[in-house]
Amino acid sequence: MVAVVPTSGVSGAPAPVAQRSSRTGYLLLFPGIAWLAVFFAIPFVTLFLTSLQQPVPGKSGRYMFGLQFSNYSDALAEYWPLFLRSFLYAGIATLLALAIAYPLAYFIAFRAGRWRSLMLVLVIAPSFASFLLRTYAWKTILSDEGFITSTLNALHLLPEGRILNTGIAVVAGLTYNFLPFMILPLYAALEKIDPRLIEAAGDLYASPITAFRKVTWPLSLPGVVAGTLLTFIPAMGDYINAALLGSTGNRMIGNAIQINFIQFRDYPTASALSFVLMAGILVLVFTYIRRAGTEDLV
Amino acid sequence: MVDGTRQVEDLHLRSLTKSFGDFVAVDDLTLTIPAGSFFALLGASGCGKTTTLRMVAGLEDPTQGSIMIGDRDITALRAFERPVNTVFQSYALFPHLDIYENVAFGLRRRGVKDVRGQVERMLELVELGPMARRKPAQLSGGQQQRVAVARALINQPDVLLLDEPLGALDLKLRRQMQIELKRIQVDVGTTFVHVTHDQEEAMTMADTVAVMNAGRIEQMGHPAEIYETPRTVFVANFLGQSNLIAGRRTGVSGDHTLVEAHGLTLAVPSNRCFSLGTEITVGVRPEKITILDAVDAGRIPEGHNRLEGRVTDVSYTGVSTQYLVDAPWGQELIVFEQNVIVGDRCEVGDPVVLHWSPSHTFGLHPAQGGTAGVDPEAAEGARTAAHLLADGTGV
Repeated sequence: MVAVVPTSGVSGAPAPVAQRSSRTGYLLLFPGIAWLAVFFAIPFVTLFLTSLQQPVPGKSGRYMFGLQFSNYSDALAEYWPLFLRSFLYAGIATLLALAIAYPLAYFIAFRAGRWRSLMLVLVIAPSFASFLLRTYAWKTILSDEGFITSTLNALHLLPEGRILNTGIAVVAGLTYNFLPFMILPLYAALEKIDPRLIEAAGDLYASPITAFRKVTWPLSLPGVVAGTLLTFIPAMGDYINAALLGSTGNRMIGNAIQINFIQFRDYPTASALSFVLMAGILVLVFTYIRRAGTEDLV
Repeated sequence: MVDGTRQVEDLHLRSLTKSFGDFVAVDDLTLTIPAGSFFALLGASGCGKTTTLRMVAGLEDPTQGSIMIGDRDITALRAFERPVNTVFQSYALFPHLDIYENVAFGLRRRGVKDVRGQVERMLELVELGPMARRKPAQLSGGQQQRVAVARALINQPDVLLLDEPLGALDLKLRRQMQIELKRIQVDVGTTFVHVTHDQEEAMTMADTVAVMNAGRIEQMGHPAEIYETPRTVFVANFLGQSNLIAGRRTGVSGDHTLVEAHGLTLAVPSNRCFSLGTEITVGVRPEKITILDAVDAGRIPEGHNRLEGRVTDVSYTGVSTQYLVDAPWGQELIVFEQNVIVGDRCEVGDPVVLHWSPSHTFGLHPAQGGTAGVDPEAAEGARTAAHLLADGTGV
């Protein structure tokens, strides 16, 4: 922090001014730090300690302090297919959301004209209804007697004869629920692109498709990276969509954590799963950002 | 840059028209821009000059008319199919590519071989060799400007379009770049079409200037010719400053048309009189007028146009002194006097006589009104500056 102080005048005076302004900085940081300490750092440590607890001998369902690292290997051995499935579902949902959101965001940014604000409101509007409610709505939309399922069945397009309680329904729910988190960063990135850059590409012998590949797409990458992360991370840990729209065969890792915590009361296993999920996402995100090379983008 | 075999051809615009709804931006423009010339389209904002340029670039479709290079009609070609490149206003350099890749962009799109050699030569031409691996944001305004020129020129276009290329630079850099651009144009011999609202920029660089107003070309020619012999009130006011005095045709004396204005008789060479009716607006440039103390009136050469007045403002600008003189009928006239003799300037309130040679006089059709082409902000600014200067120095 730089304090601007007049150089003339009493030489002793500037010091307290500089001191106070740096103290103001810490004062302003305090609420945030306190919040993080109470609601993130402490629970984080507690969760980690829980994940290493061992059962109290003779009393089932009671745990005590320990360093039982086998909790991790046991949890992984039992639930690794759910990790894979979560990764698969979240990955497909993210790609689908990108495919749906990019043209939409492009249209809003470059073509919507005076409808731009209205369209942005429409993107956010569904969020006014609760997440849970919207997912229940999908249960109705995709139900076996519903219009979509019966139409697709009439066309013999559904191998399983239904959508609800299949992986398709879970992926559809995930895609729908996290779509706004894809659209908004994409819109923000596209909207910043100077349309003259696209004209300049055309002027320099780039056909519209080449201009998109060489100019628009690379310049929108920060939005693509932000949007995919904002979609993939929550989708990876989500359990509502799998619980409401999927069958037991479509459980995701979030469901396993939830069941271990709430139903089995197996806190060490649930905590270990949470930690593995967190670490896994961190590794994925870092590799992804490295590969996308966004630090280099303006 | 130009290989001997390459034929540079004229650019023809034929009845080019562009309307946006009811607004006609470019109105039936027919124009031939000679191959290898540095051509300036000069006009105030909204006069249609940028629209004209964008139509040539293929970024805007004409409502009517055609664009030809030599005898090839390029009207229907899309921007990326035209042998034309543009230096955009504020450059539009690709921020995610370095200087080298920006310059190489056009070559790569056309699959040209020897990209490296050409880019290096081009960067040398604009003196940016060592900057090749920097990003545009790391360059100064003047350097970015040169990258924009290099990126367009490397494609050896038949026509290079420049849209207000120096608008974003400060005055000193602008002067430097004017000379630089002219040098590059002479070097490569490509036709440059330059759009600007800055008359000084147009006059220093271009061999032909077209003054545009309301979608039409008011006058076109060599800069000196347009400046010395404006044919319309708009041109007289837009290009430099002019003193314009409304009058009526009274007769002819030899090669001169005589005009009666506010009781004075002023002579205009008949071949510089562009009004055929009785109403004639007599014009003279401020630097063509000599200002004399009223007592020295006897020194005025025979046959000069003359009028009496009173000095209302004097501002010393170093090279010259600018006088505002009130004519007897209340009109304010501007006079520039070179500061050749130190001291002995006229002062505010002095009765003076203004005189000038009839050969420097021009006669215009008054249809546009006396203030057409005057930039209201610039005129106001000049006046305020003159007053401030006068107050500050106590002249």
